[in-house]
Amino acid sequence: MRFLFKTDYVQDLMLFKHGGQVFWYGLLMIVLLAAPHLVGEYVMSQLHFICIYSIVGLGMMLLVGFTGQISLGHAAFLAVGAYTEALLQAKGVPFFISLPTAALLSGAFGWVLGLPALRLKGIYLAIATLAFNVIVEEVIARWEGLTGGNSGLHLKPIEFFGLKLDGDTSFYYLCLGLTVLATLGLLNLLRSPTGRAFVAIRDSEISASCMGVNLATYKTLSFAISAALTGVGGALYAHKVTFISPEQFTLLQSIELITIVILGGVGFIHGAVLGAAFVIVLPQLISLAKDYLPSNVAGSGLQATVFGLVLILFIIFEPFGLYGRWLKVRTWFELFPFYRRGMFRRQKSYMKSERLR
Amino acid sequence: MNFFKVENLGIRFGGVVAVDKVSFEVKRGECYTIIGPNGAGKTTIFNLIGLLYPATSGKIFFEGRDLTSFSPHQVADLGIARTFQNIELFEHATVLQNLLIGRHRHRKTSFWQELLFTPSVRKAELAQREAVEKVIDFLDLAKVRDSLVAGLPYGIRKVVELGRALATEPKLLLLDEPSSGLNPEETDDMAFWIEDIKRHLGVTVLMVEHDMNLVSRVSDRVLALNLGAAIAEGTPAEVQAHPAVIEAYLGKAA
Repeated sequence: MRFLFKTDYVQDLMLFKHGGQVFWYGLLMIVLLAAPHLVGEYVMSQLHFICIYSIVGLGMMLLVGFTGQISLGHAAFLAVGAYTEALLQAKGVPFFISLPTAALLSGAFGWVLGLPALRLKGIYLAIATLAFNVIVEEVIARWEGLTGGNSGLHLKPIEFFGLKLDGDTSFYYLCLGLTVLATLGLLNLLRSPTGRAFVAIRDSEISASCMGVNLATYKTLSFAISAALTGVGGALYAHKVTFISPEQFTLLQSIELITIVILGGVGFIHGAVLGAAFVIVLPQLISLAKDYLPSNVAGSGLQATVFGLVLILFIIFEPFGLYGRWLKVRTWFELFPFYRRGMFRRQKSYMKSERLR
Repeated sequence: MNFFKVENLGIRFGGVVAVDKVSFEVKRGECYTIIGPNGAGKTTIFNLIGLLYPATSGKIFFEGRDLTSFSPHQVADLGIARTFQNIELFEHATVLQNLLIGRHRHRKTSFWQELLFTPSVRKAELAQREAVEKVIDFLDLAKVRDSLVAGLPYGIRKVVELGRALATEPKLLLLDEPSSGLNPEETDDMAFWIEDIKRHLGVTVLMVEHDMNLVSRVSDRVLALNLGAAIAEGTPAEVQAHPAVIEAYLGKAA
């Protein structure tokens, strides 16, 4: 067990709290940087997806995990990002302009979706965002002049100052770099007043407002940042799959995105990445298992069923998600043999002022 | 110019007149207490001051400005902080983070600076931290500084909430039943702190409280309410002896 002796307020502001963290995150970074030389093409392709989903997961985590707003419409932002990127690329706009544009446009859409969030809560907000998802999907499918409708759009490999990022390796470094930047940006926000305002809104809107937090500003800001990150993810996704069409951005996709944060662990940055990895790996495991299942079970609905089942099981048995589970395992080893079962159980919260809702 | 003044304040919920034309004035540096039986409208007055409810009638003046023309989050910016009867803390954050939220109105850095965590953000954060540590020292919260609020006992939460309100560096502090749910020893501590807040920090206190022992120890003036209307005002002893107050609490002699 490690005891940290704090002698300076700066210690609480550091991203790495102790040498051990520097070592492990450093090692992880080295392994990730060396990955193209270590693993085959197939695993690389999965790593691309994990990076892309991590960026989206970070956006979802900010909104769901830290601001406490639910969204069942994030596939729409993924679509906005993907289509912006595809259309701008077709017009010959360079990548270093089209990517920020995709982010900004998604962010703007997110800001607009944030407006109803000022009045709606919980399940009602979920329905509003769900409706938004359906509208965007429908618009993309019908607006054939712009989006090509159901026949979709093709993308060319990214060009970067005349440098073609068509190889797996260079695209991987791009995705990895953006994931790291997104993580750092989010960590920075969370250790400064903006992030604290988000968390305050999540835990008690009424007292956040009494502390001077402008609910309207911060809720829409959270939606905007979340959507912008999802837009970046969408742009990368479009390049990864090289072909986009409306049926990739359905409600099912939105549910997959919210699964990332719930499986990973709501309210943990690590959770976004772990959840992304899980959501990418699970379908592979399912398709592996299909070979051993009777043909009437291994149908097309199997994946959705397993996803739903996993989601339900996590909510019932491990609400803190994969990262929460890891924390428990780590504590068990650190405290061995003194770990108690109820250690992570949170005390019942006291009655809140119902009248103020 | 009056420091804080409420004029003809009233609110109706449908046919129920919760607060009926209440007027009072709080002088700078005093501790003013509102008492009254359950349902008298005490907390409703607080919610009206915090603009959580829109007043049906009347005006609230703070340092010469009419509060009713502002929006709820601006009330804190003007220098009014409050605590809640049933504790409204940020449950899944540490005590330190809770107190730092209190510093929100003193925020000096912009979103983009924070995204990059520039040196100016670092400097501002250290200054905020120092201000919060003063509150932690004042309320003796050092032991629980890094604990999650969700795991703390009720008595300590109450103090954390007081700390969060103090961290905003308010001019006027609204305390909604600071002693409810506390044992006699904790209530005693609370009384000392309220005295200290008034004397040493120079913060004006407006309080809603039931514990008459606490009320008479710390308040300069008391206002008694019944069924939304003011029935008596004066020193704690005067109000306690007032026939209308006795009647409101105990009923008429047969």
